[in-house]
Order: sequence, then C-alpha cells, then structure tokens
Amino acid sequence: MQMIHIFSAAPFAPLLASIFVGLFGKYFGKGFSHTTTILGVGVAFIVACYTLYLTISGYTANLVLYEWLRSGSYTFEVGFMIDNLTALMMVVVTFVSLMVHIYTVGYMKDDPGYSRFFSYISLFTFAMLMLVMSNNFLQLFFGWEGVGLVSYLLIGFWYKKPTAIHANLKAFLVNRVGDIGLALGIALILFWFGSLDYDLIFNRAASLGGEHMMFGGTSVSIFSVICILLFIGAMGKSAQIPLHVWLPDSMEGPTPISALIHAATMVTAGIFMVARLSPLYELSDTALSFITIIGAITALSMGLMGIIQNDIKRVIAYSTLSQLGYMTVALGVSAYSVAIFHLMTHAFFKALLFLAAGSVIIGMHHDQDIRNMGNLKKYMPVTWITFLIGSVALIGTPFFSGFYSKEIIIEAAKFSSIYGSSVAYWMLLIGVFCTALYSSRLYFLVFHGQEKWRLSNTVKHGHGLNKSQYPHESQSLITTPLVLLAIPSVVIGFITIEPLLFGDFFNRAIVINHDLHQNLGEIQHHFSGAFAMGLHGFLTLPFALMILGLIVGWWMTSKATTKKTPNKFISSLKGILEQGYGFDRFYEHFLAKGIRQSGEYLWSRIDVNFIDRIMVNGTAHLVGRASKILKGLQSGYIYHYAFIMIIGLFLIMTFFIKL
Amino acid sequence: MQNYLLSISIWTPIVLGLVLLCSNQTSQRFSRYFALSAGLISFGVTWPIAMRFDLQSQLFQFQEFFHWILPYRINYHLGVDGFSVPLILLTSFMTLLVIFSTQKSDIKNLPHYHAAFLIMSGLMIGVFCALDAILYYIFWEAMLIPMFLIIGIWGGPNRIYATIKFFLYTVLGSLLMLVAFIYLYLNTGSFSIFDFYQLPIALPAQILIFLSFFMAFAVKIPMWPVHTWLPDAHVEAPTAGSVILAAIMLKLGGYSFLRFAMPIAPDATWLLKPIIIALSLIAIVYIALIALVQKDMKKLIAYSSISHMGFVTLGIFMLSPLAVEGGYMQMISHGFISAALFFCVGIIYDQTHTRQIDQYGGVINSMPFFAAFAVFFAMANSGLPGTSGFVGEFMVIMGAMKEGFWIAFIAALTLLFGAAYSLWMVKRVFYGTPLNKTMESLKDIDSIQWLTLGSLAILILVVGLFPSIITDFTNVTVDSFIHLMNRSKLPIL
Repeated sequence: MQMIHIFSAAPFAPLLASIFVGLFGKYFGKGFSHTTTILGVGVAFIVACYTLYLTISGYTANLVLYEWLRSGSYTFEVGFMIDNLTALMMVVVTFVSLMVHIYTVGYMKDDPGYSRFFSYISLFTFAMLMLVMSNNFLQLFFGWEGVGLVSYLLIGFWYKKPTAIHANLKAFLVNRVGDIGLALGIALILFWFGSLDYDLIFNRAASLGGEHMMFGGTSVSIFSVICILLFIGAMGKSAQIPLHVWLPDSMEGPTPISALIHAATMVTAGIFMVARLSPLYELSDTALSFITIIGAITALSMGLMGIIQNDIKRVIAYSTLSQLGYMTVALGVSAYSVAIFHLMTHAFFKALLFLAAGSVIIGMHHDQDIRNMGNLKKYMPVTWITFLIGSVALIGTPFFSGFYSKEIIIEAAKFSSIYGSSVAYWMLLIGVFCTALYSSRLYFLVFHGQEKWRLSNTVKHGHGLNKSQYPHESQSLITTPLVLLAIPSVVIGFITIEPLLFGDFFNRAIVINHDLHQNLGEIQHHFSGAFAMGLHGFLTLPFALMILGLIVGWWMTSKATTKKTPNKFISSLKGILEQGYGFDRFYEHFLAKGIRQSGEYLWSRIDVNFIDRIMVNGTAHLVGRASKILKGLQSGYIYHYAFIMIIGLFLIMTFFIKL
Repeated sequence: MQNYLLSISIWTPIVLGLVLLCSNQTSQRFSRYFALSAGLISFGVTWPIAMRFDLQSQLFQFQEFFHWILPYRINYHLGVDGFSVPLILLTSFMTLLVIFSTQKSDIKNLPHYHAAFLIMSGLMIGVFCALDAILYYIFWEAMLIPMFLIIGIWGGPNRIYATIKFFLYTVLGSLLMLVAFIYLYLNTGSFSIFDFYQLPIALPAQILIFLSFFMAFAVKIPMWPVHTWLPDAHVEAPTAGSVILAAIMLKLGGYSFLRFAMPIAPDATWLLKPIIIALSLIAIVYIALIALVQKDMKKLIAYSSISHMGFVTLGIFMLSPLAVEGGYMQMISHGFISAALFFCVGIIYDQTHTRQIDQYGGVINSMPFFAAFAVFFAMANSGLPGTSGFVGEFMVIMGAMKEGFWIAFIAALTLLFGAAYSLWMVKRVFYGTPLNKTMESLKDIDSIQWLTLGSLAILILVVGLFPSIITDFTNVTVDSFIHLMNRSKLPIL
C-alpha cells in the first residue's frame, strides 16, 4: 500500500460513512447511523495522528490522486500536500469532529432527522479534510464550497423554522460574495503561473515578484491584487467585516454544528488558507496591511457586540467573530504560525464553550435567553466546571491555552512594522477588555446569581415548578466530550507553544521574509520558556485589562436587576450595537432589495415591454398592418392594375431618360 | 473502412418513430413498451460511436459519402469529431429518458408523443453529423416540426402564441443562414463544409456571412436580446418538451457556431468577438437578475438557462483552448442540469397544476426524497464544485482572465446570482412549514421518477468529479479548432 492510500483514508472514510448513512440510515436505525459515522471519523482521526507523527519526524510529500482535467496547456489535479501545517489541521479537525459526533448521539437523540444529521457532519469532515490536505487551488475551492454546502444544509437543518431557512440562504450568499474574490484570485494565479499547484507556484512566486498589472488605471503589483482577492474569499468564510453578517444568524442551526463548523473548523478555513499561502502573502505588504486592518476592526467591533447579546449562543458567536479577528491580525503581521496556534487553541476552547452551551440549553429545556438563567452551577456541575474552564481559556488567563496564543498575537502586532499594526495593537488590547467583559457577564448570568428560571416559568404557568422542570445535568454522552475538550483547553498552549512557534515545526510549511518582518524574531528573542511567560503574564497590560473587564462584567450582572436609566452616551452606544452597526439593514434593505428591484425593472421594462411588446410583437403588428395596406392594392380590378402599370412605366422612363 | 454507424444512429429513431406513428390501433401497453424499446435501441446504437472513436485523431471519423443531388453537388456526407460525439450521446440519452419518464403518464395520444421525440432525436443527431451544408440545413429545419407539434399539441393554454413565436424566430434566423450557404456555394461550387473552410473570403463578405449565421444560431442558443421566445416556449411546452428543448436544442446553436460560423469566417469572428463577449456578459448578469424575480418556476429555469448559455458563448468566443473547452463543457453540463430541473418542475406540476412559486411552501415535509434531489440540482445549477455545473463555469472564468480582469469579474458574478435565484426558489418552494392542505398531501416520487432523477444526478456528479471523460473527446478537436481560428482567410492580394 502506498502512502497516498493511507492519507486518502482520512477524507474518504467519513465520506463513505456519510453516503451510507445518508442513503440507508433511515432503514437501519439510529445505532447504525452513529456507529458508522463515528467509525469513519475515528479512522480519519487515527490517520491524522499518524500523519502528524510522520511529519514531526520530518516527512513531507506532495502526492497526486488523479488528473481532474486537462485542457490546452493546463493540467488540473487532485492531490494531497502533506506537511506539518496539514497534519496539525487534520488532527484539530478530526478531533473536534469526533467529539462532536459523540456529543451529537446524546444531543440529537430525539430528533427525527437523526441519521441525516450524522450524514451531514461526516460529509462536512470529508470536505474540510479535502480543503486542508489539498495541494492545489482547485481542490481548495472544492473543499471550500463543500464545507459551505454542508454549512448551508446544517443551518437549515430544522427546515420548518423560518429564521433557520432565512439564515442558511443568507450564509450561502454572503459566502458566495467572498467566493467571487477567491475565484478571481485563482484565475489570476492560473493566468500568471499557468498552474494551480501550490508547490510550483511557491517556487516561482519570487521570480514574479516584480510583475505589475494595470488595475483601474494604476499599476499594481500582481501579488497585491491576487492576495487581496484571495483574502476576500477568506473574509467570507472566516466572517470578517463586512462579510461577517452570516455567522451570528448561523446559530439557528443545531448546537453541535455551531461548535464544529461555526467555531472550530470551517470558519477558520480562511485563516488556514492565508497561512498556507504565506509565500505569496509575504510578497505584498499592501495585502498584509489590508488584512491587519480588517482583522483588527473585526476583533474589536465584534467583541463589543458580544457584550449586549442575550442569547447564549449569540454571545459565543460574536466571541468567535472577535477571535477570528485576532487570528486575522496575526496573519496580517506575518505571524502565520501564531495564527494557526490560536486557531488550534481556539478550536478546543470554543468548541468546548459551544458544546457546554448546548448542554445548558438542554438543561434549560431549550430556553436560550441568558436573562432567564442563573445559579445553574448547583444543577449542572460538570457543565459548570467545563464552561468555566473554556471561559478562563478564552479570556487569556495565564497558563491556560488561550493566554499563550492571544498574548503572542498582541506582541506580534506590537513589534510589527506593517502599516496599520500600531492601531491594530491598541484595538486588540481593547478587545481583551471586551472579551473578559462579555465572558464574565455570560458566566455570572448563567451560573451564578438568582435562579431566574423559577421566576419566568412561574409567571408563565402560574404555579411553582415541579422537579422535572428544574434545570438538570446532561447525560454522560454529552458531558464526556466536554471533559475531553476541557483538557486541551487548559494545557495545549503550555505544551505546544515552544515547538510550534519557536521550534522548527512550521519551518517548511510557512515562509516568512525575516528581513522585512522581524516581529516574530523579536518575540523569540524575549521568550524564555512557557512557564516564565505564564508568570510574566500576570504583570502585563492585557492582564490588567482582563481583570478590569471581569469586574465590569460582574458588576453589570449584579446591577442587572436594579432598574436605572443609563446615561445618554451608553444608551446611544447600545442602540448602535443593537443594530449591529447597521450592516444587516444595509444589506437587506439596500443591496438585496435593490438587486431585486433592478431585476424587476429589467424584466418588466426591457424584456416584456421593449423587446417583446415593441420589437417582437411590434414587428408582427407592423407586418400585419403593412399586409393590410398591400392587400388593398390587390383589388382585382383591371383598371387599377393598368393605372399602376402606367405610373410605373412613367417613373422608370423618367429615371432612364435622365441617364 | 466504411461503416454506417452514423446513418444507423440517425435513421433508427426516425424509422422506429414512424412505425410508432402508424401503429395507432395497437394496445396502449404495447405501444408504450415499443416506444421504450425504440428509445433503448436508439440509445444503444449511438454507443459504438463513442467507443470506437479515435481520441487522438484530428480528422472527421466514420465518414459516409454518397452523391445525392448531383447537378448542385449536394451530397449525403456525414462525419463526426470531438464536438459532435458527446452531444450525440446526450441526445439519444435524453430521448430515452423522456420516453422512460412518461411511461406511466396519461398524456393523450401517447404513442404520437413518443414518436415525435424519437423522430426529433434522429434529426438532431443528423445536425450533429452533417458535413454537407444542405443536408445540415434540412435536418436543422426538419427538427423544428416535431418540436412545433409537441408544443402546439401537447402544450399549455397559451401554446399557439408560443409556437408561432418559436417558429417565426427560428425560421427567420435560418433563412439568412440559407442565404449564406448559397453565397458560399456560388463561390466554391460545392456545399461541403471542407470546401467552405478552405475558401478565402474578403472581410466585408466574411462579416455578412458571420452575421447571417449569427442570426440563426444566436436565436437558437438563445443570446440576448433575441431570447424572449424561450421563456414562452418553455412555459407552454409539456415537461418532456422543455427537457429536450433545454437539454439539446439550445446546444445546436453553440455547436453550429463551432462548426460553421466561426471557422468559415474566422477574421470576422475575431473582429466581432468583443461585441459577442459583451452580449454574453449581458446575458449572464442581466438575465440572472431577471431570473431572480420570476414568479413562475419554469420561467425562472428558462431564464437561468439563458444565463448559463451566456457562459457557452462567452467561452467559445474567447478563442483560447481553456475557454472554448469550458464553453463546450457548459453545454453538456447544462444539458443534464436544466433537464433535471425541468423534470422536477414537471413532477410537482403534475400534482398541483400550478407553477407559481407563491403557491408552494414546505414541499420537503411531504416529499423529502424529491426535495433532496431538487436541492442537489439547484446546487448544481449554482455551480457547486463536484457537480458538472462547476466545471464549465470554472474553465470559462479562468479563461476570461486572459481577456481582462473585469470580464472575468462580471462572469464571476454568476457565482452569486446563480446561487441567489436557485436557492431562493428552493427556499420558497421546499423549505418551511406546509403552506396548505395540498402541500401536506403531496406524494413523494415513484420509482420511475427516482430512476430518472437519480440517473441525472449520477451523471452530474460523474462529470463534475471526472470531467476528463468529456474533455478526452474534445481536447484534440479544440486544438484543431483553435488552429483553424488562428489562420486568416482573407484573400491574398
């Protein structure tokens, strides 16, 4: 057996499982559905671990599976690029996917679409693995759209919910806007390189560094255009401003997929892509600046949004958006490995938070409003502890995984010389405050304070609650993945920071032009071990901001019951946030409506009225009318004809005599 | 070695169709089985063409040559290259599929209905094989008659208007084509395509010839702004008629551009290329916007067809191998996808007797399997990678970058608009709670419909994942086509 067959098992085992369950799951029952898919993802996870083991010991490969298409001088292939970056992504994707599969057995147990759900999430695992393992842009695009498709299907999983089917259409279309950029970027690459193969492109990139193209009348470096276009694709998938609007709405889908797709894996595809393409991005400081600025704006503005949300899933969704902004800034300041590092830690603690939130939602009998919760720590101890661990990791408490990744991103922005990085640095700092604020508000409202669910339910039903209506701890199938995810959320940063960021783990996969971008070297210079960094973490500015955020958040929850009119500034700020900065309004009332109206106009005015009524039927009428007139000529009277003949003769003679 | 594969492929369905037409008195059951076997046989006899086709040869293969009308040197001359073969197979397969899908339907005069499709199938294959201009012209015009009857007899309430519009539009275009043929005959003394290819023509004459062809083929494809016959024809046509119209008949226009207009008048093609690219881009965006606001499902799919055919003309007129092949791929893919979508509309129309989108809602609740197919086809229609719909669009967008960034940009807008109209329709028709009692009582697809939609779905996936099964046929042909196009035909002074 060749290596390629082993690697192929990773994506294709879940695919096969998905097809089987999709076709036959209904007939063979629930046990068949989850056993088959968990087996498939289990195989993928084992292969992923093996791949990681191989690459750590120095193995890399660029393998071709088959030739997809040959046309003219171009060849398009499907294949795998196996290196450390791929391997790490494979492990993250398959591990989280496996946890989510197990969790789903408990979470969806009474849902009529049980086997359909398993089929979808296995299909997702397949598409995501094709994306991260790809060795060319075509397959990247395939995986990219594949995960988009599954995301569409899963957001609309409960297809009777009007909000869900609105959200999935919106998600797909907003992603398609980004895909236009991605497709054009790929087209430009094919045009300039004559191939879509990563290896070949990376090797030739430097020699094309000086090429320019005319763009809107000015001459621009081709790499600036290519990289920004590709990044527009990433903005759609990784939900960066202004293409972020689909992600909060995607929370209409079942919670396990919010964890898997809309937190841990799919939304990080854009981050992964830019890191994968670091040899290209290093050639354009313009594109890097653009990325830095977009990322910083996303990180801060979405963090602010998290503060005012009342739906437990939406708080975490905005938190995801904000953290994706952090990763994007890391990419922008050429700290690609740090972005991937944060991607990994975030995948663990955010999946944990979502799954714990799902547990809370079940415990609360499908009430998602955090204002109706309170003191759940008493009733859901495992969920409480794991949620707490996730939050602590998220806000960046020293020694927890989130601390290491976020701290280095902030440092990298601080030491970067890229245009916009200094503003980004400050925005990220404020972002730390926001993260702590919304996290502590969420945590205290849900797990501490008054038991508000008693109140709201009493009002609804007019009598006290019996025991079965109390919040309850979830079954072990749900809590086990929580515990398994909590472990890496605590320790993964501490263990892996040294090899990943300051060792040679990414040496072959990620290329940095160290002469131009010196920030990582600077940080490495100061770095003296994970433990020392943790200790030093208590003395930094971000830590102070975090504590401040925690206190404000706690203060907000304790004040929540006392009614006091807030001052004008706060309330107008809150108004802006409640509108989501007006993005949705603009898109739906201006863009979507405008496009529909222009379609309506073109159709009724030009197609129906002008082309059809005037041109086509008009011609027909004209012919009809002309024949009516001509019909009059054929009167049948000989003297009419004779008269016309004479006139004709006369006219002809006049012209000929002239000659 | 002479064999008669092509004649057999052309005349088998025609003869069987004529037999079916005459066997009016036989039992219902018998004529259904007869039609189905005729479809199977007609499909079967086209297979050897693909199997025995030499992929490496630049020549026309399986040529047949007989003198026909000697005084005018009109010959019965057939032959195929890589552009013809996939379309011939598509034609015979689609004919089989429409006959199969109507096996249990209660259409009046079913034997005649099936006969019309069989005869039309033979005539369309004739168009793809003819190497003599008059022979081609006869097939081209004769093919209109069965379609005219299918819409005119088995069509909807407004069928007379639609048929006349359809007929006048297409005949008007083809008459100019005949004029061009006669001009070429007068200059070469023959109606052979090969002689036409060799004839040097001055630029003004080339432009006129090109425009005459253009009128005929642009109407057929159809290109903006001569597209308005198509939505009307589709709305009035019965399901099977729509399927053949969209899957095959529109392809005749694209094929004929590749076979006649462009190689006969290459200099004019290069000269008029920007205009045609502009018209194609208008089709892609403008028509997509119109598709978005349609209230009738069939109209929506008809406009979506026009928009997708814009990719065909855009691709083949960019005159680079990748783009031309992409345009061709788009023809094949659109054959599967539009057929599948029209089948889908037919299936629910038969149960509800309405095509208005706002009369539907929540179909998925009562027809889950059907909804799964429909979502899949809608995704293929919006160019999802892994489906055939992606391949052609991808190749054309990639090729368009050579022409200019903004051309590629406008073409790429289809990623958004295509998804918008397809999925918005899916949302309104299939998702949500059942709109009313009718929606709750819909019956899911039966085994015939399963097989029909399933076979199309498999083909869409296979072509999407292994597009080289089509491009293996066209690679060499595209090369020689590009070679023909890069050779000036202006007379040397």
